[in-house]
Amino acid sequence: MKLDSKIPEGHISQKWTDYKDHLRLVAPNNRPKIDIIVVGTGLAGASAAASFAEMGYNVKAFCYQDSPRRAHSIAAQGGINAAKNYQNDGDSTFRLFYDTIKGGDYRAREANVHRLAEVSGNIIDQCVAQGVPFARDYGGMLDNRSFGGTQVQRTFYAAGQTGQQLLLGAYSSLSRQIGLGKIDMYNRHEMLELVKVDGKARGIIARNLITGEIERHSAHAVIIATGGYGNVYFLSTNAMGSNVTAGWKIHKQGAYFANPCYVQIHPTCIPVHGTNQSKLTLMSESLRNSGRIWVPKKIEDAQAIRAGKMKPTQIAEEDRDYYLERKYPAFGNLVPRDVASRAGKEVCDAGFGIEANATNEGVYLDFSTEIQSKGKQTAYAKGNHHPTAEEIDSLGKKWLEEKYGNLFTMYQKITDENPYETPMKIYPAVHYTMGGVWVDYNLQSSIPGCFVAGEANFSDHGANRLGASALMQGLADGYFVLPYTVSDYLADDIRTGKISTDLPEFVEAEKNVKETINKFLSNKGSKSVDHFHKLLGHIMWNKVGMGRNEKGLTEAIAEIAALKEEFFKEVYVPGSSDELNPELEKALRVADFIELGQLMAMDALQRKESCGGHFREEYQDAEGETLRDDENFKFVGAWEYKGYDITKEELHKEELNYEFIKIAARNYK
Amino acid sequence: MSAAKNINISLQIWRQKDAKQKGKMETYKLNDVSTASSFLEMLDQLNEQLINEKKEPVAFDHDCREGICGMCSLYINGRAHGPDTGITTCQLHMRMFNDGDTIVIEPWRSAAFPVIKDLIVDRTSFDRIQQAGGFVSVNTSGNTIDANATPINKGDADKAFEAAACIGCGACVATCKNGSAMLFVGAKVSQYALLPQGRVEATDRVLNMVRQMDEEGFGNCTNTGACEIECPKGISLENIARMNREFLSASLK
Repeated sequence: MKLDSKIPEGHISQKWTDYKDHLRLVAPNNRPKIDIIVVGTGLAGASAAASFAEMGYNVKAFCYQDSPRRAHSIAAQGGINAAKNYQNDGDSTFRLFYDTIKGGDYRAREANVHRLAEVSGNIIDQCVAQGVPFARDYGGMLDNRSFGGTQVQRTFYAAGQTGQQLLLGAYSSLSRQIGLGKIDMYNRHEMLELVKVDGKARGIIARNLITGEIERHSAHAVIIATGGYGNVYFLSTNAMGSNVTAGWKIHKQGAYFANPCYVQIHPTCIPVHGTNQSKLTLMSESLRNSGRIWVPKKIEDAQAIRAGKMKPTQIAEEDRDYYLERKYPAFGNLVPRDVASRAGKEVCDAGFGIEANATNEGVYLDFSTEIQSKGKQTAYAKGNHHPTAEEIDSLGKKWLEEKYGNLFTMYQKITDENPYETPMKIYPAVHYTMGGVWVDYNLQSSIPGCFVAGEANFSDHGANRLGASALMQGLADGYFVLPYTVSDYLADDIRTGKISTDLPEFVEAEKNVKETINKFLSNKGSKSVDHFHKLLGHIMWNKVGMGRNEKGLTEAIAEIAALKEEFFKEVYVPGSSDELNPELEKALRVADFIELGQLMAMDALQRKESCGGHFREEYQDAEGETLRDDENFKFVGAWEYKGYDITKEELHKEELNYEFIKIAARNYK
Repeated sequence: MSAAKNINISLQIWRQKDAKQKGKMETYKLNDVSTASSFLEMLDQLNEQLINEKKEPVAFDHDCREGICGMCSLYINGRAHGPDTGITTCQLHMRMFNDGDTIVIEPWRSAAFPVIKDLIVDRTSFDRIQQAGGFVSVNTSGNTIDANATPINKGDADKAFEAAACIGCGACVATCKNGSAMLFVGAKVSQYALLPQGRVEATDRVLNMVRQMDEEGFGNCTNTGACEIECPKGISLENIARMNREFLSASLK
């Protein structure tokens, strides 16, 4: 099949408007004849489900959590971008579009990103109308702050809990429609298969996670909004249940999977504490505004710290290597996430890491300079021009507390260290996946009637994602894109009538799901699901992590193939199929993670360039910076499933055309 | 800071096969638990041990493990989310316990939160309360007025945010001797009552949400304040007072 992105003709600023004017509609009296399934109820899924229900379609929504309010969008901290120009600092739709394309290292689709920038302002209006309590100034107007990779203040926020407030806003719209009987909500349900009839998506097979019952659900269109696949790495900042199953199942049914190797590694997470660690915790990127990142200059000092013989505060200023300020004087500690993450890995690989455990991975994020400068500033502001050292110290810490207090408390609860007195320890961790199911401009996958939204699709972030742009995409897709494009698709279905779940395709799909489950439960293995998930994570982090090279990737592909064989032979899944069985849920998800992990390594191997979150060690300049190859790799790599052996997958290329933006190198020196 | 060390503990855990069957406490020994582990990582370790012994692992709710999704829900040594304040169970760490300790773990205890299995309870009653009116009836058409067209007093916006910070974990209900959901409902009612967008439907909202709360079988508030003490997000009792005020004025209309 040829990849057709369906990007409309015309000037970039008019494409979406013109396109919308010509999309087909479903008349209000016909909408109750049409059923839509939405899988996943985070920002993208909840907003889509609420919108379809308001339009008059019948909606069934599914989530694996006990309530849609727990979707992982809730954990986003920093904010959401919108080109409102409330601060009069020259922001515009074009600038937001430009920053996002550049931030994505010129590997995102121009037309999609421009549409995102266009509707961004509407998102804020919509959320405020729903009662989302964004931060306000004393005049009652909305407040903004700035984020990495931009020169304007366009980020709207609600303390460090913006994702929570936006999700609860979407959840309230969803709840309203559930209350009105327009949405059937299926909590604690997991989609385990897509059902195709005559080549079109016509329903899903889902498992009721409480009773274990396998259910058939039919619809005229299926929306997948199930988030990212960062848990392939086992340790990530994703929620424990976040999984790729829905995306991977549709991939196996014919949906192409695009750019799987693009994974964002966030630079400021709390390092791994030991072998029992289950999850990593992010410390907001905003801390880099006030913290200086360093490791000891002398290797013996790093060793002494790891051995517990020395404290970071005992290392003199001249013996500290502020490596980001040294290498990137123009941006310093505020370089983009991918650059900061790689620099941290480099110093730890060279033996300067400070964490006292088996990994030795960790660098310092030090607030002492800020304590001094802000303490002095506060004293002067109070008219005290001769403050004592104690006064400066105390005022400086107070300043920090007002600004970052909740993050400092959270850090202290987890690590048992007081970051006001000793530098924080941080290390990069897997955070967000830019790759995902390939979709065209309509957000339709290569399966007709199967649409994919939010982090689960690939289109808007390129090879790297700037802060505060994920929330924007989730809500844009759900509130303002899918209602138009899905209606256009459904215009052909007003006479179709109810899709029967007795069709042979449903029977067959249900049989396959039951067989897979029974195979796991009757397997005579002896090792837990987590055992294999951790092994997969280990391979992925070491060989498909922050730095990749041909040798490592080739090894990873083979190692994952072997792991897959062993997993299916040796895994032990306790319990039965007709009850709540978390180990069975994990087994089904890990099976998909293993296959996707292999594809990620294959995608990383073929992409012989470095860009954004994908750093191929062979392709770097003399100073160790990424070397992009626009001539040969300015494409979306979309993979087609070809059966059990993942190495047989076929790569299709969608050339990226930049008509309205001039491509340049990304330089932060 | 104290360096991480390993401790041996004894666990008494509520086991219940499903909603219909009677449950009971079971005792487990668990050795070599790092004090740097979180409480849920300790349970992962226990489950790994049980799986290796071919026994059924303990089912418990958890997801983000960052203290924000509200999914985790354990009653530990007689306290919702365990022996620390201002945190959820996923942020509780084993350094709060000593070598040789016995730890008692139970599910949330409330008639309106029936047990599904082991430590997992059904909290969909919270969803139904929200469906009864916890929203602003605005369509998602994108045709709303500019967000700055209605200025909102900063104090009100901040208070609305503080109420909206509720994660819906249910610790307030579990810890209340009356099994009351008034802190949760009060937080929702307050968020919208404080904002101009929510005022239009304020009367119907509070009446409908309170009616639903009663139908779900939650108890009444007798101002003991345990909910506020155990709330991981510090939601204030002030919200219950505001809900009562809203309810009274709505009832008199």
